[in-house]
Amino acid sequence: MIRVELRKLILSPRTWVTIALLDALPTLVAILLALTDLGPRPGTGPAFLSAVLSDGSLFPLAAIAIVLPLFLPAAVAVIAGDAIAGEAQGGTLRYLLIRPVGRTRLLVAKLLAVLAFVLLAVLVIAVTAYIVGTLLLGDQPLATSVSGSALSSSQVAWRTALSLCYATFSMLGVAAIALFLSTLSDSPLAAAMGALAFLIASTLLLTLDAANVLQPYLPTRYWLSFVDLFRDPILWRNVVRGTALQGVYVVVFLGAAWANFATKDITS
Amino acid sequence: MIAATGLTKRYGSLCAVDDIDLAVHPGDIYGFLGANGSGKTTTVRMLLGLVLPTSGSIRLFDEAMPKAAHQVLPRVGALVEGPSAYRHLSGHTHLSLLDGMGPGGPRDSRRRRIADVLDQVGLAGVGSRPVKAYSLGMRQRLGLAGALLRSPELLILDEPTNGLDPQGIHEVRDLLLTLNRAGTTVFLSSHLLAEVEQLCTRVGVLDRGRVVLEETMDTLRTPSGRTVVHTPDIGRTLALLGDRAEQYDDVTVTVRAPDPAALNAELVQAGVRVSALAPERRSLEQIVLAATGPSADRVDA
Repeated sequence: MIRVELRKLILSPRTWVTIALLDALPTLVAILLALTDLGPRPGTGPAFLSAVLSDGSLFPLAAIAIVLPLFLPAAVAVIAGDAIAGEAQGGTLRYLLIRPVGRTRLLVAKLLAVLAFVLLAVLVIAVTAYIVGTLLLGDQPLATSVSGSALSSSQVAWRTALSLCYATFSMLGVAAIALFLSTLSDSPLAAAMGALAFLIASTLLLTLDAANVLQPYLPTRYWLSFVDLFRDPILWRNVVRGTALQGVYVVVFLGAAWANFATKDITS
Repeated sequence: MIAATGLTKRYGSLCAVDDIDLAVHPGDIYGFLGANGSGKTTTVRMLLGLVLPTSGSIRLFDEAMPKAAHQVLPRVGALVEGPSAYRHLSGHTHLSLLDGMGPGGPRDSRRRRIADVLDQVGLAGVGSRPVKAYSLGMRQRLGLAGALLRSPELLILDEPTNGLDPQGIHEVRDLLLTLNRAGTTVFLSSHLLAEVEQLCTRVGVLDRGRVVLEETMDTLRTPSGRTVVHTPDIGRTLALLGDRAEQYDDVTVTVRAPDPAALNAELVQAGVRVSALAPERRSLEQIVLAATGPSADRVDA
């Protein structure tokens, strides 16, 4: 089943259009930086963006930091929101279920396909950003950690890889929420918008002091914590918490999706 | 093949299907008739495990549904409420994805089976075109191809000739008859009485969620014991037959007479000219209309 879902993902033109659009923003930023040479002052703007003017090979990280707060989760919400509702709207859900495909299996396969999409998107963004970064931006190896000590290029490489994995994993929560909404509604748009509303609320609450008690549980709370992977020594606390939190979101919302979908009358 | 007992589906206070029993035997072409909104599609969906019954039980191949769906459904091919396909893919790719889902579609024979069914439904020439470029009839054929992919023993088809032109309907009818002769049982839901009349060996009639009739076609079509006589000499016929003539108009008389041959001899002997004479058979339309109430989409004030 997962193989079929992956094939569907790859064969869908929307997948590639979405990835191309995701890729366009960091590339545009790189071009603007290269043309104007105006980087944000260190400590302001998206993470790593001030460093890339001197070391272009850090641009993949900057690119991920650019798309992570809004662009990537929006794309995930659209893809995951479409997972069940899109099949229902297109009328293919009933044919899928009478093959028969187990409903639980279908949910898991859909979530894995969304994860594959995120991984693919992140990889494309990272590779493009590396190429653009090394071609257009600075070439003095800066390679210092956020804490200021020097990092070898192999250290940078594996920490970057770890960051990409963390960014991918961070999207699981949104994906699970959108997937749950996708089982509730027969409209992919409604499911995607619902998940986005959840994200925007989460982002807003993070800026509000009065919401302090809620903040450790908000899905967007630890998203940018991959920066901690570039401290020396690595500050694992938030990365671990972020990973665990995404796990909790997956368990809760995939469970809710299952509870709703497993015995739902399919009338689409 | 299909055995449903006491099958009921309620949506809130609305009773879509009300305590129905169905029996489809191996080798049948079963016509499932009913007006729009009479509960046909809900019943079909329950048979396939898409909608869960409020009460009652369903057995397919003598196994309980939807519990045994995983063993049973690979042996069933179905078309539910119109075909649907991934629009941006070609017919061939769509079938290949469909076949890859769920059990029962072995990979090594996939290519050959897809070519076979596309050929069977008459789409061999357009298999590589994207589905969004298909006409309504072509999509219907593609849906049928999907149902036939695993050479099912039971076909459950909801309105299979929807959107087809008369030639297409004829082709589908021939295809279903061929499959049936080769041993496939067919359960066909339809509101096209003519289609069912020409094809089916048994019919069940659904009216507002209840089965009002379930009978073999042969029994339904047995002569009614009356003979219809067409004659230019209407006055003399009526005079001769007296109260045996039950209905008449300007050119036909319906006579209570079980043996048309004897009646013919009697008429001719009396010098009445007969232009046509046949035992009266009720058409399926008359039978269904007599068994059911007004259409469910008719809403009177």
